[in-house]
This record gives sequence, structure tokens and C-alpha cells, in this order.
Amino acid sequence: MIARAAREIAPGMVVNLGIGLPTKVVDYLAPDFPVCLHTENGLTGIGPTLGSDKADRNLIDAGGAYVSTIPGSAFFDSATSFALVRSGRLDLTMLGAFEVAQNGDLANWKIPGKFSPGAGGGIELAQKAHRVVVLSTHTDRKGNPKLLTSCNLPLTAKSCVDRIFTDMAVMDITSEGFALCEIASGVPLKDVISATGAPLALPAGEIPVF
Amino acid sequence: MILPDKTTAMETAINKISDGASVMLGGFGVPGTPFAMIRELVRQGLKDLTIIKNDANETGMGVDHLLANGQVAKLITTHIGLNPRAIAMLNAGEIEVEFCAQGILAERIRAGGAGLKAIVTDIAMDTELAHGKPCVEIDGVRGLLETALRADVALVHAERADVFGNLGYVATARNFNPMMSMAADMVIAEAETVLALGELPPDHVHTPGPFVDFVVELGDLGEEYAVVRR
Repeated sequence: MIARAAREIAPGMVVNLGIGLPTKVVDYLAPDFPVCLHTENGLTGIGPTLGSDKADRNLIDAGGAYVSTIPGSAFFDSATSFALVRSGRLDLTMLGAFEVAQNGDLANWKIPGKFSPGAGGGIELAQKAHRVVVLSTHTDRKGNPKLLTSCNLPLTAKSCVDRIFTDMAVMDITSEGFALCEIASGVPLKDVISATGAPLALPAGEIPVF
Repeated sequence: MILPDKTTAMETAINKISDGASVMLGGFGVPGTPFAMIRELVRQGLKDLTIIKNDANETGMGVDHLLANGQVAKLITTHIGLNPRAIAMLNAGEIEVEFCAQGILAERIRAGGAGLKAIVTDIAMDTELAHGKPCVEIDGVRGLLETALRADVALVHAERADVFGNLGYVATARNFNPMMSMAADMVIAEAETVLALGELPPDHVHTPGPFVDFVVELGDLGEEYAVVRR
């Protein structure tokens, strides 16, 4: 799933990888792949993650991992960082999700009364990146669908998601709702359908496997 | 002409803050957080503070000490997911938490520092963060009016300063510090190194000295500033 998601990144893009699963995507990019990774705490040109023995105490990504610079990196303040996001300089963002609705609504910042971490920079990333991709498990820990006809939780942004990668499938958001694009190796189609809390359009012909 | 010397003992500078003050704290996670001045806020026991900070740090660090000590009435922030105490206190109604989109928090502070009254943005238009905020229409497009944010006090962390209060930041420790150091009635900067006038090249200054009221030189950096071993 992470390896498949990494193939979403095209050469030359400016990309923000959100906290959690999306951060792992970088491990699947070749060292000479031309891409500019952005982290909202004030760095473009993110270099490899470092262990605590080699870490610079002042150099982290937005998830708190110790990272490094590469030739061409830049540091900037938080206002500049989001100016880059809001003005449309971000080609792609990959985000985690609590829920995604069939119209592309995303909820990933608040479970009222239980867990309200806050959206951090997620609202601006979801609203303003040219392409918004969600990386998530297909269901929550209790097995409930995270892909729904409409979100129950407070929204991060409306109609923002373009594509979803889960442990079971790759799906696009279309004007008709969720559309299955690819299925994970070894996962029966009926399991994907039953784990999805909304209608799932199937591709014509054989379903590609990832 | 000579520029004035603003170096002050930390105890003296923090002592100028009153109970009930609104206090901006620089930092995003560990980098750029003024841990030493937060410790002094705890030591002096100021009460009913409104804390404005990107995050609430982690257990046992920075803002967490203020929360544990019952000194915080309200938190204006973007993300508290790494601090279980902050989430528990929010759930229990022990603190008020105002969430803000991260870049909008930065812009509200920048506007406050720039003498502006508000910004207009389409960010968070369709979320509950928009509730109660006025809508305005510009060129036929609706936007939210987000008020500028100033505070009584800003506590910022710089890697280097000169005695006049010119500040320079390093790596991802810059984050909210430049905006906050423009947006408060009293600005106290702690610096890892305080240089004599002329030793900080003018082109290397990120925050010009006139924004800063007091400069506090840090001695040995405590453990909170170090790499977090997880």
C-alpha cells in the first residue's frame, strides 16, 4: 500500500506527506528521484530521517521525526510555509483519515469528547493542495468502515479527496462516489465491498491488483 | 550613536508578567520552544494564563508543566495530539481550547504584529471552526473574517541575539517565533548566544531589535532542548 502510494508522486512535484502512514512513503522513493518534499514546520527539501544519535535537535518534520537537509533545502517561518500551501504551490499532499465520504469530504481532526488532537496544518493542506490523497486503513480498529456515504465526525475540509489508498484497495472519488481502481493482492472483492460503508463502483473488466 | 542594551535576568523579565495575561510561546514541538522561560513561568506560579502556541508539547515538557500546574485557563492552538494531558483537560472542561488552522494562526499573529485588524480567508469555511465568525464577500467570493491576534506577552526562543534584541533563528526552530516576536505588547527573547553589538551581521537578522523588549541569555541548555529519545 505504501509502495503503491509512492507511485503517485511524479517527478518535479512539490509534495507534503502528512503525519502517520504518509510519512513512510518517502522510504519508497529512489534517492535520485527529483521531488521537493515540504514540511509545514518550515522546510523544503527534506532529507533522510536520522536516528537520535545523529539527529540535529533543531531539525524535525511536522510529525516530530528528526530529518536532515539535502543540497537545495530551505528553512522558513510558519507564515511563509502556509503561504506556499494556500497560494497553490503544493502539487500533492498525502493525509491520514478518520473518515472519508463518497463526495470527498475528509474528517481527520476531532472525535468529539474523546480524542481531539486538532487539525494542525491539515485543513490548509486538504483545501489547497492540487491533489489530495488519503492513506488509511480501510476500517477502524473495531472493523467499522471509514469510507462512508457521509462523514459523521467534524470535517477537516469538504470535497477535497481525490484518491484513497487502503490496505485493501485503491479508490478514486468521482462524481458518482467511490470507484474501485485496484485491489490489494489476495483480498477478495466481496471483502472490500463489505468493508466499505458506501456504494463502490467497479471497473469494467478485470480489476488490477497491487 | 549606540543601540541600547536590553539584556535582563530571566527572573526580572518574567516577573513583569501578570496573572491572567495572554502569552504567546514560540516553537513547533521542541525546536524553538522557550523551555527555560516556561520553567520560570511555572516557578513564579502565574495563574489564569491564555497560552497561544502551535502545540502543547509532550508529556513532561514545556506547556505540559503549565497544564500540570493548573496555570492555563485557555489554549489557542492548532494541534495537541502529542499531549494526552491537554486532551484529557479539554475533555474534562478544565481548560478552554480554541483550535485554529495552523497557517491561519500564523497569519492572525502576523496581522497582529503588522498593525492590522483582521484577515479574510476561505480556509476552514466549511468546518465547525467557521462557527460564529463573520463572512465577507470579496470579488463575489465568500471568505471568513479572522481577527488579528496580539498578546500581552510573547516569549520567543532565538539561537542568537545581540544585546539590542536583533534575533536569528536556526533550522526548523524558526516556525512561529518571528511572527510572535512582532505581535505582543511585551516581547522577551531567550537566546542561546547573546552577542555584542556588531557581532550579528545585519543580513543575518530575522527579527529586528525594535520589536524586542528584553533579551535573556541562556546558560547551559537543559534536557528539554535536547534530542528527544523515543
